[in-house]
Amino acid sequence: MKTATTTLDLRPARTLDEALRILADDGPRVPLAGCTDVFVNLHFGTTSDHRFINIWGLDELRGISADGGVLRLGALTTYTEMIRSDVVREWLPAMVAASREVGGVQIQNRGTLAGNIANGSPAADSLPVLAVADAVVILRSLDGERRVPVNELYTGYRATVIRPDELILAVEVPRVEGTQWFRKVGTRAAQAISKVVMAAVRGPEPRIAFGSVAATVVRVPETERCLAAGGSIDEAQRVLEGEITPIDDVRSTAAYRLRVAGNLLRQWWRETE
Amino acid sequence: MHFTLNGAETEVDAHPMKRLLDVLREECGLTGTKEGCGEGECGACTVLVDGLPVVSCLVPFAQAADAEVTTIEGLGGTHPYQHAFAEFSGAQCGICTPGMILAAIALGPDPSLDDIRTGLAGNLCRCTGYEAIYRAIQNA
Amino acid sequence: MTPAVGRSVSRKDGMAKTLGTAKYIDDLSFPGMLYGRTIRATIPKGRVRAIHLDFDPAGFTIVDYRDIPGPQCNFVALIEADQPFLVSDEINHVAEPILLLAHEDRDALLAAEVRIEYDEAEPVLDPEQSPTVFKHLRIRKGDPEAAMATADVIVEGTYRTGHQEHVYIETNGVIAVPENNGITVYGSMQCPYYVHKALKALLVLPDERVRVVQTETGGGFGGKEEYPNILAGHASLLARKSGRPVKMVYDRVEDMIATTKRHPSIIRHRTGVMKDGRLVAMEIDVLMDGGAYVTLSPVVLSRGCIHAAGPYRCDHTRIDGRAVMTNTPPNGAFRGFGAPQTQFATEVHMDRIAETLGMDPAALRELNALRPGDTSATGQVMGEDCSAVEALRAGVERSDYHRKRAEYAGSNRGIGLSLFFHGSGFTGSGEIYLASKATLEATETGARIRVASVEMGQGTRTMHAQIVADALGIPYENVEIVQPDTHQVPDSGPTVASRTCMVVGKILQRCAEEMRERLGEMTPGEYVREHGPLSITKQFEKPEEISWDDTEYTGDAYAAYGWGCDVAEVELDPVTYEVKPLHLTIVHEIGKAIHPSMVVGQIEGGSAQGVGWALNENVVMKNGGMANPTLTNYTIPTTLDAPRMDVIVLENPSGYGPFGAKGVGEMPIDGPAPAVVNAIRHLGLDVRSIPAIPETIMEVACTSR
Repeated sequence: MKTATTTLDLRPARTLDEALRILADDGPRVPLAGCTDVFVNLHFGTTSDHRFINIWGLDELRGISADGGVLRLGALTTYTEMIRSDVVREWLPAMVAASREVGGVQIQNRGTLAGNIANGSPAADSLPVLAVADAVVILRSLDGERRVPVNELYTGYRATVIRPDELILAVEVPRVEGTQWFRKVGTRAAQAISKVVMAAVRGPEPRIAFGSVAATVVRVPETERCLAAGGSIDEAQRVLEGEITPIDDVRSTAAYRLRVAGNLLRQWWRETE
Repeated sequence: MHFTLNGAETEVDAHPMKRLLDVLREECGLTGTKEGCGEGECGACTVLVDGLPVVSCLVPFAQAADAEVTTIEGLGGTHPYQHAFAEFSGAQCGICTPGMILAAIALGPDPSLDDIRTGLAGNLCRCTGYEAIYRAIQNA
Repeated sequence: MTPAVGRSVSRKDGMAKTLGTAKYIDDLSFPGMLYGRTIRATIPKGRVRAIHLDFDPAGFTIVDYRDIPGPQCNFVALIEADQPFLVSDEINHVAEPILLLAHEDRDALLAAEVRIEYDEAEPVLDPEQSPTVFKHLRIRKGDPEAAMATADVIVEGTYRTGHQEHVYIETNGVIAVPENNGITVYGSMQCPYYVHKALKALLVLPDERVRVVQTETGGGFGGKEEYPNILAGHASLLARKSGRPVKMVYDRVEDMIATTKRHPSIIRHRTGVMKDGRLVAMEIDVLMDGGAYVTLSPVVLSRGCIHAAGPYRCDHTRIDGRAVMTNTPPNGAFRGFGAPQTQFATEVHMDRIAETLGMDPAALRELNALRPGDTSATGQVMGEDCSAVEALRAGVERSDYHRKRAEYAGSNRGIGLSLFFHGSGFTGSGEIYLASKATLEATETGARIRVASVEMGQGTRTMHAQIVADALGIPYENVEIVQPDTHQVPDSGPTVASRTCMVVGKILQRCAEEMRERLGEMTPGEYVREHGPLSITKQFEKPEEISWDDTEYTGDAYAAYGWGCDVAEVELDPVTYEVKPLHLTIVHEIGKAIHPSMVVGQIEGGSAQGVGWALNENVVMKNGGMANPTLTNYTIPTTLDAPRMDVIVLENPSGYGPFGAKGVGEMPIDGPAPAVVNAIRHLGLDVRSIPAIPETIMEVACTSR
């Protein structure tokens, strides 16, 4: 542990109201949900955050429901809960597929959807699914509620429009028309971080999102438009190559990511014909 | 802070951000839970919280409040996996073994080979190549 | 009485490990104990200009090189006196230790900030450009230059292997306790007497004032062969200065950036063959990257070179090996000790020869495989226990190699094989110099073993007890084992080199045989009650017919060899260029399986480690340091990455090991990488370096397919 835990300041919150009040009056504090990212960063000493608020016990942020054409996933919904949920399997099977690819069972039991969103890693497994599903993130503060489309949430590498006094309350997903598809290419067969990750919907309007090929998880609207306009998959792949900006890092190379992203696009197109 | 540890009501006074792993090992003296990486990758520190396997290196003590925590010591040597891992060389160096056994228990009775491989993908073993672990679980 | 040898008896340490009661170093604590921390260099080459302690030093113990008794003591005693315990001035690699801190509160220790100013110098990072050769070895047999001229075809190739990190799940750790006017060190280690020697030299203490005790060890694989010398030295310096016990247990990142790795290698082959496949001349150049200090590189190179021509007969062979310096953390012992690198090159090269000749790879190997009476590259005459052909045939048959080879052609599946061997025990005269001892005592209930060979998962305690039980004719359960402790056990040598069973086990067998004679008709208990204590100590004895020339590098390099054949089946994902290892058929001839299930466990574990090295384990080096020192980013196989394995154990007894046993610990890692890469070659992909990560496969696929 690179960070001395006794130097850390954690405030408990028993209710959502109390949590929002603490964030307003005694912020900024990093919300602790499943802690599977925060404690890793503390362990490596890669975060300077020292003030936290424990929201793990807030049952108001839990629950999966589908009502009036909208799937609602509570902020603290874990990957295991999504894997086991018949509702999620029916509405958003790509999320079930993505959840199975997150870490091992231990991480799936603890990691949460809102944690994945707030952490904002470009390699996050659930985010491409939310992006192609046109999910809306519901934020709550003492000032009230805000609804931000997930595709407008990120402003840069691990940067979001979420204010320090706001908590993610839930994610809402409208019914997705068309066939959902998901594939993660990780550093090994399991318990891996993605080198390229793609989610897509083959429907009236093709929707495509990638992770690990830019500073944030991205939709690729030009590629989508190309295919929607009847362009060939070859053309679409060329458009895609101009639309993403992968880099070299310790996990892979820009060249690999670029080519494999194109290959995934073709595989999806072929498999959902 | 109060929680249930291996079936016993337990009160421990520790920093709320202390890792559950450290609380178990240092405050409760239960050193059967091992640290292999501290980054949630190896699964050596796996314990059951409310019946679900978690990596205790990524759980702040505050989040174990009022939970039921089971460590390897809580099995008391009575679980068939403990004997099978010993008998079928499922334990070699033994450092991954407590976490591996707890993760295996969470698979439920008579898991298929596919279930075992998927369910134990979060527990790294460098000694066995995993085959002896499959044999131990399937012959328990 | 049912014999213990050959049966999978209950492991001596089995239940303690599954109960969680086995005590590893981090599970121990001493009154008044401090925690230690190492401040390390962040540059690969240069000098320390200034050190700033940006914390209140009250309550801290701070050690630097000036706390070492004298400059002549600031070297880790191993082969050469070149590696300092603590930097005095010159830095030669990233993560080199400079300063040691200790404090009773771990959080205070973590919070202490130290700034170091450096004068940086230009590092040597490319081994091919290194001006410093640690060791140059030459093996020569026949007249390779002349023979090469007679060959029908000459096949050449260059093969590369990368670093590999051990990833024992228990990181390195020790506790040093100042006591008895000296020091006691407890720790996770393979070689208590190496640590003992290093501490005596560092602290200028006589034998009896240094005590080293091995604690339950959570995996070693060579990574706890020489590194614990340094760590024990550091903890001892802090303990001596503070007068209190000091615990130093590395976290995973520190363990990965600072401790040893498998030597990367670049190996060039030039082979003359006849059209029918006979090898007529082999020229092999081996280059190993030793890192910043000599450590064990000369002996790693030696084992690598001796195995470099593979298990083949060739009358004209030249092997030229160099281990060179780079400004990177020293590379060291890792299961196989150089032989996996050289045999990777040989076995991939053999498939390229087969391809060049249009021959079946198995047939090429069968034609050239060593048989009893043939000589190795060092001129060693193979005995009746040479089983290369038997291993090959068993592997080919069990895997259905030929049918699958034809069936997979043109698909995304490939099948490839490798044939390999591994010498048991120290190389050449090594065992004579070691002069290992083992002690056996009669007890009220049976016998007690005292050896320095450690249990680190491989089953030492159990296997030694089995050998003693049968040689003495008493039940296995009645044999007890003393925890390795230099005050309690004789120096049986290091727990390395596949020697614990064959060499130390043999000494124990001789102890037990003599005890059997001394006991006559009595049980050990009866004897002890009537005659008092009975303790028998024996030393290694070189078999008379074994001879080795250390200057010419000729003769009997090892008393015995194990023989192996791996057949790998893989599947390529053309979308992602990932190669999935589906199945491994593994044949090992090891003389005698003392404990069949532990033997299979060693073989499966070593093979999985070999598959990881082949496909996935990529140490990314940046500016001389490991850039991915986490288990997240250095990816060893999980349950879903390791292939299913089918292990066949053959037994062709050696006259030199107990009950005919040869070594088994290392050989499993020799075969998987070339078998996997040859399976990839079967897919039409010309891969010549490992790890064959998808990024590499993509590059090859885009040029060669």
